[in-house]
Amino acid sequence: MDAIILQILNGLDKGSAYALIALGLTLIFGTLGVVNFAHGALFMLGAFCAVTLNGILTISHTVIDETRTDFLGNPLKVEVPYIYDIFGETLGASIIDWSVPLAILFAIPVMILIGVIMERGLIKFFYKRPHADQILVTFGLAIVLQEIIKYFYGANPIPTPAPEAFIGSFDFGQLIGFDANTIIYPYWRLVYFGFAMIIITGVFAFLQFTTFGMVVRAGMADRETVQLLGINIDKRFTLMFGLAAAVAGLAGVMYTPINSPNYHMGMDFLVLSFVVVVVGGMGSLPGAVLAGFLLGILESFASMGAVIDLIPGINQVIIYLVAIVILLTRPRGLMGRKGVMEE
Amino acid sequence: MSKSTLTRRGLLKTGAVAGAGLAAPTIFDGKAWSAAHTGFTNAPEGDTVTLGFNVPQTGPYADEGADELRAYELAVEHLNGGGDGGMLNTFSSKTLDGTGINGKRVEYVTGDTQTKSDAARASARSMIEKDGAIMITGGSSSGVAVAVQALCQEAGVIFMAGLTHSNDTTGKDRKANGFRHFFNSYMSGAALAPVLANAYGTDRKAYHLTADYNWGYTTEQAVKESTEAIGWETVNTVLTPLTQTDFSSYIAPVLNSGADVLVLNHYGGNMVNSLTNAVQFGLRDAQANGKNFEIVVPLYSRLMARGAGANVKGIYGSTNWHWSLPDEGSQAFTRSFGTKYGFPPSQAAHTCYVQTLLYADAVNRAGSFNPCAVVEALEGFEFDGLGNGPTLYRAEDHQCFKDVLVVRGKENPTSEFDLLEIVEITPASQVTYAPDHPQFAGGALGSCNPGA
Repeated sequence: MDAIILQILNGLDKGSAYALIALGLTLIFGTLGVVNFAHGALFMLGAFCAVTLNGILTISHTVIDETRTDFLGNPLKVEVPYIYDIFGETLGASIIDWSVPLAILFAIPVMILIGVIMERGLIKFFYKRPHADQILVTFGLAIVLQEIIKYFYGANPIPTPAPEAFIGSFDFGQLIGFDANTIIYPYWRLVYFGFAMIIITGVFAFLQFTTFGMVVRAGMADRETVQLLGINIDKRFTLMFGLAAAVAGLAGVMYTPINSPNYHMGMDFLVLSFVVVVVGGMGSLPGAVLAGFLLGILESFASMGAVIDLIPGINQVIIYLVAIVILLTRPRGLMGRKGVMEE
Repeated sequence: MSKSTLTRRGLLKTGAVAGAGLAAPTIFDGKAWSAAHTGFTNAPEGDTVTLGFNVPQTGPYADEGADELRAYELAVEHLNGGGDGGMLNTFSSKTLDGTGINGKRVEYVTGDTQTKSDAARASARSMIEKDGAIMITGGSSSGVAVAVQALCQEAGVIFMAGLTHSNDTTGKDRKANGFRHFFNSYMSGAALAPVLANAYGTDRKAYHLTADYNWGYTTEQAVKESTEAIGWETVNTVLTPLTQTDFSSYIAPVLNSGADVLVLNHYGGNMVNSLTNAVQFGLRDAQANGKNFEIVVPLYSRLMARGAGANVKGIYGSTNWHWSLPDEGSQAFTRSFGTKYGFPPSQAAHTCYVQTLLYADAVNRAGSFNPCAVVEALEGFEFDGLGNGPTLYRAEDHQCFKDVLVVRGKENPTSEFDLLEIVEITPASQVTYAPDHPQFAGGALGSCNPGA
């Protein structure tokens, strides 16, 4: 029982990332009809917003420490962040420590801007082209983006730790009556899950309860009629692209303490996120979220030692097997709308 | 593939062979003529010789590849008489005097392995066939090393391996034209076990997470056998996909498995992520079987350790070389490299630099670029002054035997380069094994191939 709870918990944070990326993918597909293979790259760019902010906060000047030497035997050059000079060492160190949560504020405008530029600068030229063309161009864009990141940040992962207060884990098992050490869960993963729930709720509330959201939903259902009513739906859809980019970016920002970001982290999530969208149902936002969590948890279960012993290699194919079964039994996906990609 | 070198001596040889050919009613094909001309693949023409540096310039190990390339450029500079000479001044063999290799100025071409066997073979083949490279060196993966080594054997050029740690490179996949200076999985296990016994005791239960590919298997086997030999029990071994990024579902069950040590047979991004996840799950602070829970990373890389940040603190592992070694050779290399590039070299850079010098010296001693002459010069060669103490290039498997470093993540690093501290320098005798040791069984060097 404890192993099952453990894997459900593990699946939640992975599922959160899948759900957030798939939510953005579905938003773009539902509004613009574009299959965006650069969405994983947006997740990666978000993570590098956190790295960049950390880099900005730690811009330093050099102080020579005569008491110590560097690897060449010269007096050691100690890097002192300017932020220490501005706010004092204690507050400055705290600001740097909290750079990942602070990066949320940094990433929102940056990612919306990147999304809008991407849509206006490239993707709008592919609206009327076949999906295969859209996939090719967005996949190419993803490669370009990751190579740009590698050029500036290198190929190795860059450690971007969570704030000191969230480092470590808690014994969830003891809370619910199990023995000590049976169900351990890191604090930050809990934060990530909570954050994902807030973002998902926020996006749904935005679409459900605002006039802007109502127009977007109407546009998703019947674009031509909305346009005939004199509403500039294209402009709103462009903003939705920006919003989807921001959702993926925020997922990336908060993921950095879980796994040190590197330039190809987006690709690691991209294919799985597409499977999530297909399983959830093309164009269905609740479907994307539901499938994200479902597949995240299933993937965790498949990685259990007992399961791998029973079916070797199942952990690497489980998501695709589930996708095959769902597409065979319910081709529209779990919550797919009738008519979407069915002609 | 082959290049014609119409020297005076070659012309005389050709004439002799042609005369014999005319005398005997034998039909010679092009290959035989070529062999008569040159005797081996890509025999250098003119006053230059071309080396092929095959390193990952793209892909996940691109940073290691960049450091390898820096080291190669430094080695070429030193061989051609530039810079401060680096390890040329400390190397026990004194044939290298800054006049290139065998009197020929050294030039080089580079290829991108992408850390993919196919791409690495293609780039090596291109350097051999199009650029006339006489020797191929580099790489940051055992899969690539084994693939390129086999190609070089077929092509008739020497392969001086870069960073490759799998037993198989000089075990079941060894080749006569291939040489490895870097240490291997067996040596890591043999060096680590006594240090681990000393630090954590002999009554320990280990849980292995192992990358699901060749290097992972040999490292798991080596560490498992060496730790079991000191009394540890192996509770479980679990293979993890090479493409895995989040190891939480593998790490979460460890604490409740009865184990009190987690061994991460992971390298590169795998190591960074699995170690980070293990620390996140509180394994560093946990207690199991009445003892502190411990983590071990058998193969450390400073470049990779940087990705794991503070998570490496206090964690034991092994490494081929470290810039903080106090010997004259290490200091000379660190000084040269640090002065030129502004930061200390990695172990990958060190092994690549050393391999280039060893090749150059072997050619000088042999007086020929012929791969078979080089093989003969390197086999059984004993040297010193290149950073790992007295070293032997064993003839039976073309593996270097030298001291191995056991290191630990530093608690208070002074810079981003100062991440590891040397705990013990394990003497070569302790990590030496018989050529037919079971972990290296199933391979044969065969005979050297001069190509052409």
